[in-house]
Amino acid sequence: MSPLEIVREEETDQVWLNMGPQHPSTHGVFRMLLKLDGEVITECKPVIGYLHRGTEKIAENRMYFQIVPYTDRTDYLAAMGGNLGVCLAVEKLAGIEVPKRGQYLRVIAVELNRIASHLVWLGTWGLDLGVMTPFLYCFREREEILKLLEMMSGARLTYNYIQFGGVRDDLLPEFYPRCREFLQTFPSKLDEYQNLLGNNDIFQMRTRRIGILTREKAISYGTCGPVLRASGVNYDLRKNQPYSSYSDFDFEVAVATEGDCYARYRVRMKEMHESVKIVQQALDGLPEGPTNAKVPWFFKVPKGEVYSAIENARGEYGIYLVSDGTSKPYRLKIRAASFCNLCVVPELVKGMKIADCVAILGSLDPVFGDVDR
Amino acid sequence: MIQTLQTYWKTFPPLLQYLIIFVIISGVAGGIAAYLTYFERKVLAAIQSRIGPNRVGRYGLLQPIADLMKLLQKEDIVPLRADAVLFRAAPYVVFTSGILSLVIVPFGKGLIAGDLHIGLVYLIAVSSLTVIGIFMAGWASNNKYSLYGAMRSIAQLVSYELPMGFALLGVAALAGSLRVSEIIEKQQVIWFIVPQFLGFLIFLITGIAETNRTPFDLPEAESELVAGFTTEYSGIRFGLFFAAEYLSVFIVSAFVTAFYLGGWLSPLPLPLSQALLNLTTQVLANMGLEKSFLPTLLLFNSMFWFFLKVSACIFLLFWVRATLPRFRVDQLMGFAWKILLPLSMLNLVIAGLEGIVWNLFYPT
Repeated sequence: MSPLEIVREEETDQVWLNMGPQHPSTHGVFRMLLKLDGEVITECKPVIGYLHRGTEKIAENRMYFQIVPYTDRTDYLAAMGGNLGVCLAVEKLAGIEVPKRGQYLRVIAVELNRIASHLVWLGTWGLDLGVMTPFLYCFREREEILKLLEMMSGARLTYNYIQFGGVRDDLLPEFYPRCREFLQTFPSKLDEYQNLLGNNDIFQMRTRRIGILTREKAISYGTCGPVLRASGVNYDLRKNQPYSSYSDFDFEVAVATEGDCYARYRVRMKEMHESVKIVQQALDGLPEGPTNAKVPWFFKVPKGEVYSAIENARGEYGIYLVSDGTSKPYRLKIRAASFCNLCVVPELVKGMKIADCVAILGSLDPVFGDVDR
Repeated sequence: MIQTLQTYWKTFPPLLQYLIIFVIISGVAGGIAAYLTYFERKVLAAIQSRIGPNRVGRYGLLQPIADLMKLLQKEDIVPLRADAVLFRAAPYVVFTSGILSLVIVPFGKGLIAGDLHIGLVYLIAVSSLTVIGIFMAGWASNNKYSLYGAMRSIAQLVSYELPMGFALLGVAALAGSLRVSEIIEKQQVIWFIVPQFLGFLIFLITGIAETNRTPFDLPEAESELVAGFTTEYSGIRFGLFFAAEYLSVFIVSAFVTAFYLGGWLSPLPLPLSQALLNLTTQVLANMGLEKSFLPTLLLFNSMFWFFLKVSACIFLLFWVRATLPRFRVDQLMGFAWKILLPLSMLNLVIAGLEGIVWNLFYPT
């Protein structure tokens, strides 16, 4: 027997492991087919579509004002951003001007929602990495935000708060002190998470130099939001194409250059700090006046097409709208941030371990309502 | 009281004695495992700003019993393609190895079911039996997640057994005995945590690894392997795995206490405890109860200190679970082989040097 044959005899089979759609750490209904050589992933085939509800097709058969609630259900963790995205697109095409107070209220709503969304990400990512406590702490803080958003909109998850021409209701007087108190206490809570999780050695071992997404790959895959910025691209639509009065506020864009899971963690943590700053400024500088431009329930949008994008918690939430001049859109395409970010998974997990795969997927923060739409 | 019991005990045939010991130990094991789940849930809840179980009974104290009832009523599912015999047997093997370790747990002075002269060796031998049960479960389930969990578990337990053994060698060298009761009595001068601090840390870490708990809970890593080797189990068979885990938490804490924290010895300084003993003896003598009551009182005293220290240890394990993330599998192995093993050998050298010094001061 030649030595070569012995080697061949000892070759082991590779196993296909079906991870999901029902799995604790696929963040919803994601399915990955992993080809495993021991613990090492040699191939990954992602399967999506388990949460496809045809939002874009439904939108073609609805009046414009009826579309807004559907956008709540795309990225359900940052539903305010969905509302804002579709409203901005329609307003751009229909030429509706939003009063200043309405714009500021939109900013407050979206930024609070961004913090809430990042908190869910932090907690669930902690669970992916095997630490339970930050999850409960994050949800404790998120609860306070949800109460604030409930005061604004009457709902805790699917708000339908931002409307064409402004927002649905003005703030309650009780909102101001409660929101200010939250803004005051929240940064110290973030430091607490940094001490509990971010400074932990095991956490850093699990996230540093894991799932490195280079700058070139990040751009060519069309990733966006924190994932893109963690790879060293300073691109934030709030700065680059300011909408809804974002140019009035003083904030920094969180950027990291490493492109690994820990960089994505740092970017999101920084973003939460910056969001607190923005909400603070918006509350301080909240102008008097109407919250809403007069927009009738039924209105026709002039013929034409428009693309408008906002920076949502997960990245660029774009709406491409084609109108044929009726009261319903001819085509409404949603550019989902989670979908673009998820595309890098097969590339990133190749050659990594199963545990890394979970960490990488969690660091991309996909929401499957957003991916499948 | 104790003496009367002892005289009765000696009249029993040996077989009956063993049977009684077995029943008592199994009962103790079940009770400990059940109530540790309650204790853990309360501790985690307190750390995580929650309330924890509080519905069943006062302060939720009957929760473990309710859980047990629920598990007993669940359907006992054996997967179609599973190896039914191995699958059914595995939980018992795992739980039994836990019970076997309980035999040499020193609950109090003289309260050891079997004070074997090869206590340490027995402990290491018995605690590695768990692996067999876990691998049986993982293999027989015919599920890839289970198999991965079992593979991880074996790799982990085998690697962590070595540093654990070396750490215990340090204790044996200092005590000059493998018998658990003698090791404890040797610590009357000084608890072994002081001369053997490195060994204590190694034993604690490897102990957590042996119990498959955070940060070493890879065999049942929920976010990766769903539930590891217990994925296909349901009902009371799952409950047995669960109970075995908590039992091993108790056992690890018990042996940390016995080997490093002075076991049943009182932490009070010797003159103070001597004075207290004299006082108690005198009071009892005045009441004329010295003969019948003093041994019982001393036994309870030793049990009190033992359980206090064990509780502190268990609390530490729960605290660790609430705080730390999980290692990755290669980091875990690297930690065992590259860091813990050399350190444990170094510890053995330290123990040898300390033994020489010890013999200078307390020649045998």
